[in-house]
Amino acid sequence: MLLTWFPILVTLAVAALVVGGMVTINRLTGPRRPSKIKGEEFECGNPPTGQAWGRFSVHFYLTALLFVVFDVEVIFLYPWAVELRHLGMFGLVEALIFIGILTVGLVYAWQRGALDWN
Amino acid sequence: MLNSLAAQAIFYVIAALTVGFAALVAFSRNIVYSAFALVGALMGVAGVYILLAADFVAMVQVLLYVGGIVVLTIFAVMLTQGIGDLAVSNRAVGPGAGLAVVALAGAVMLYATLRTPWHLATAVAVASTTYGIGNAFLGVYVLPFEIASLVLLAALVGAVTISRQDTPPPADGAAEKGRS
Repeated sequence: MLLTWFPILVTLAVAALVVGGMVTINRLTGPRRPSKIKGEEFECGNPPTGQAWGRFSVHFYLTALLFVVFDVEVIFLYPWAVELRHLGMFGLVEALIFIGILTVGLVYAWQRGALDWN
Repeated sequence: MLNSLAAQAIFYVIAALTVGFAALVAFSRNIVYSAFALVGALMGVAGVYILLAADFVAMVQVLLYVGGIVVLTIFAVMLTQGIGDLAVSNRAVGPGAGLAVVALAGAVMLYATLRTPWHLATAVAVASTTYGIGNAFLGVYVLPFEIASLVLLAALVGAVTISRQDTPPPADGAAEKGRS
């Protein structure tokens, strides 16, 4: 089973080598003439306003929490999806009940305006 | 699973990376760097799970911890006041007491590791564990499986209720007062 994961390891190793190599070679061989303009934050050509690390609205956090809840839902559904054909109709109905209960929560969040941006 | 030399070498590389990233989390002066280094440490743990042939747990680790918990952590960091200030970002508070706790915890773990009669299993060809988990979820454990959805529902409703307490029901359009 370990061999099935080997390609992922190779991909990670190649990615690390390429990125690390490029950064290292650039750092070793590239000229460095820093100036005030080069040190500015890049904001697509516009003059930057404020700081790069501004504080987020708390609304993002609620969205992230909702994301984690549905992330956990995906984890519960993933073993079912792998064994879909074997589990048949019973599995489908049970999974639909599972999804249905969480859909109630989604509708509730929607009704309470958790997905609104104002 | 781990008795081939290559697997052992891979384990030590992954373990070193994990510990390195964890040290970065602990010692970085900037809490934003700490939050991002957490990604590396959690990915390393996922690698250890894969080496232990626990592919489903590894998937959960990547999806939930790397994809979810770290995002929440980064959001929490970004919500923090004075995030740009290095002085308040990640201070080392009470190094003496911290060192004592680390030494004590390390001693307990070392003691437990040395005293446990480790059972050496013979290497068998392990298939993916996800099939078995799927069959168990929708077989013997179908009731806990459905109750898990209720727990998630409770978490969802709780999150919405706590964070939207101040919002009046959307009957009148006077919602634009100071909510950012």
